[in-house]
Amino acid sequence: MTSGQLSVSPPPPPPIPSQRDPLVGVALLGIAAIYVRALAFTPIEARQGAAQKIMYIHATSAFIALYVAFVLMAIASALYLWLKDEKLDRVAESAAEVGLCFTTVVLVTGPIWGKTIWGAWWTWDARLTATLFLWFIILAYLLLRGAVEERGRRARYSAVLGILASFLVPFIHLSVYLFRTLHPMPILLKPSSPSLPNEMLVTFLLSFAAFTLLFIALLRLRYRIATLRDYVADREQERA
Amino acid sequence: MQAEGLVRTFGGRRAVDGVSFTLHAGDCLALFGPNGAGKTTLLRMLAGLLAPGQGTVRVNGVPVKEGAAARAQVGLVSHASMLYGVLTARENVEFAARLYGLPDPSGAAMRALELMRVEDRADAAARTLSRGLQQRVSIARAMVHAPKLLLCDEPYTGLDDAGSAALTAALTERREGGAALLLVTHNLAEGLVLATQAAIMRRGRFVRHEARELLDVRVYQAQYRELAAAHD
Amino acid sequence: MLAAAWLVARKDLAIEFRTRTAFLSALVFALLGVTIFYFAWDATAVAAADLAPGVLWVIFTFAGLLGLQRSFGSELADRAVDGLLGAPISREAIYLGKALANLVFVMGILVVTIPAVVLFYNLPLGAGIGALAGIAALAAVGLVAVGTLFSAMAVNTRMAELLLPMLSLPFFVPVVMAAAQSSARLMAGRPVAEAWPWLRILVAFDIVFVTACTLAFPFTLDE
Repeated sequence: MTSGQLSVSPPPPPPIPSQRDPLVGVALLGIAAIYVRALAFTPIEARQGAAQKIMYIHATSAFIALYVAFVLMAIASALYLWLKDEKLDRVAESAAEVGLCFTTVVLVTGPIWGKTIWGAWWTWDARLTATLFLWFIILAYLLLRGAVEERGRRARYSAVLGILASFLVPFIHLSVYLFRTLHPMPILLKPSSPSLPNEMLVTFLLSFAAFTLLFIALLRLRYRIATLRDYVADREQERA
Repeated sequence: MQAEGLVRTFGGRRAVDGVSFTLHAGDCLALFGPNGAGKTTLLRMLAGLLAPGQGTVRVNGVPVKEGAAARAQVGLVSHASMLYGVLTARENVEFAARLYGLPDPSGAAMRALELMRVEDRADAAARTLSRGLQQRVSIARAMVHAPKLLLCDEPYTGLDDAGSAALTAALTERREGGAALLLVTHNLAEGLVLATQAAIMRRGRFVRHEARELLDVRVYQAQYRELAAAHD
Repeated sequence: MLAAAWLVARKDLAIEFRTRTAFLSALVFALLGVTIFYFAWDATAVAAADLAPGVLWVIFTFAGLLGLQRSFGSELADRAVDGLLGAPISREAIYLGKALANLVFVMGILVVTIPAVVLFYNLPLGAGIGALAGIAALAAVGLVAVGTLFSAMAVNTRMAELLLPMLSLPFFVPVVMAAAQSSARLMAGRPVAEAWPWLRILVAFDIVFVTACTLAFPFTLDE
């Protein structure tokens, strides 16, 4: 009588993240250091005053959220549909969640800056609006993942959404910018001047490096959590 | 029809674990096995509804998964009726006939309904029919395009005596017309009436598979009961 | 493939007209919405005619969603979708057929809603209405392309009614924006050149997403 044993022995457990991933600590330290430099050692911008300092968080987060997190999610989605490797799905998932955090930071710091400079919490500024839509898109992605229980189907659906979203973003940018150029904003002020004095530029670049580090650290952490979760789910199903 | 090395995994579990067999025209394989053995998954792979993780299914040499043309030769009767409740029995079967590109869809639909003795309810909405009548319409639907390979997943469930007789007659006619049949059933007696081969599936594998003449019915009965009881 | 798609579309429309409840509900919703919006605005501050395009597109979006919700429901009920998948038709044909049926549904709603808006909001009749209808058709194509795909996914989840809007609305944004902007301009009698950038966006959206969704559809099936 065939016993129906699985012909494959279970794979070894993935590495469990130790108490604290050192990379996260380094990244956070880096960000703190940047801020000390930004606040104490970088000159105050002439027109905007001290409020401009928030741009070191705001602008870099925005850049990372869109160009790193979202692009990573879109590429991982496309590759998943092609290669069907679960790891890619986990990368997409992690990139989306961490990306959502960064986007939220942008949406919070933006109005704070805006209130100080423009006197209004929210204006339909092109960049901020586009970021808002990006936030909605990533949120929809995560909600979709939450609604589908079966792992294979969840990966497929999210991948489809990820790819379609990457087609959508250019359209959103196009529409929003076209909309804005025809509707002048209440007060016209450019958020960052085109040529920055050296010290500010350096601070910007360092801030960018620190935030990228943070992103990678968080991504890695989230990825490990996803791997563990899937591993546990697999073992449970085998026992069933 | 040729199935080779079929494997299908769901999550961490192998629902179908290495199944291979061949059916020629006029063959009828009666497949028995406890619930959860993987019979439905196997049938869905053979019908082209599910992609095998490994292995291939070919009908007349053409792989069923890519080839839409290969699917034209296959008919499936499954647990669910696959009917549109709001449409009438006739409309359901006619739609299927059109999907398969038949030259005379309404005629073919009527003939299929007559075959299963439901022609008098042809214009009733499918959802108003009893479960047994729906089953008959579903079977008519599966046969309307005269498939060379008929896959039936517990087709006798819900049928009364008249329905069962109609089904057996229809299946016999198809088999004599050169079709291959695969019959999944819990009813040993009915299954063996038509069968030229018999098999028992357990935990994704064929644990027994032999020609009709060679099998000992009592052994099958005992084995089957034992397997069904022992299934955890 | 087109013949198969047309078959599927015809079947869907036959089902829809057999019961008519979904269509009539969406229609009533649209008409009620149009009237409620009229009273929600201060008519002395904003002329009704200026308000009209905005109202039309908002109502269009939500009535469209109502129509899209029912798109795949009939397929799941008794696994009728297996009948489609087992047939010798391509997966893309299934998608196109469904989308076509949805398009007819949405256009049907528009055929009643646009005259209603013209009537209630005192829009001047003339060439502007023709342009409006054309833009509505383009917008409907984009709406239906994306909505049909997401409806195929949402129907398999627990929270289908909530999920479909959540997924679709971000995608409707460029469509609605482009449609509203171009129609507002054309109806105000502005030169076509002003509306042209928006129309280009609308057409580009339609082309990109009809293609992308058709290609993506097979991935939403459990195979």
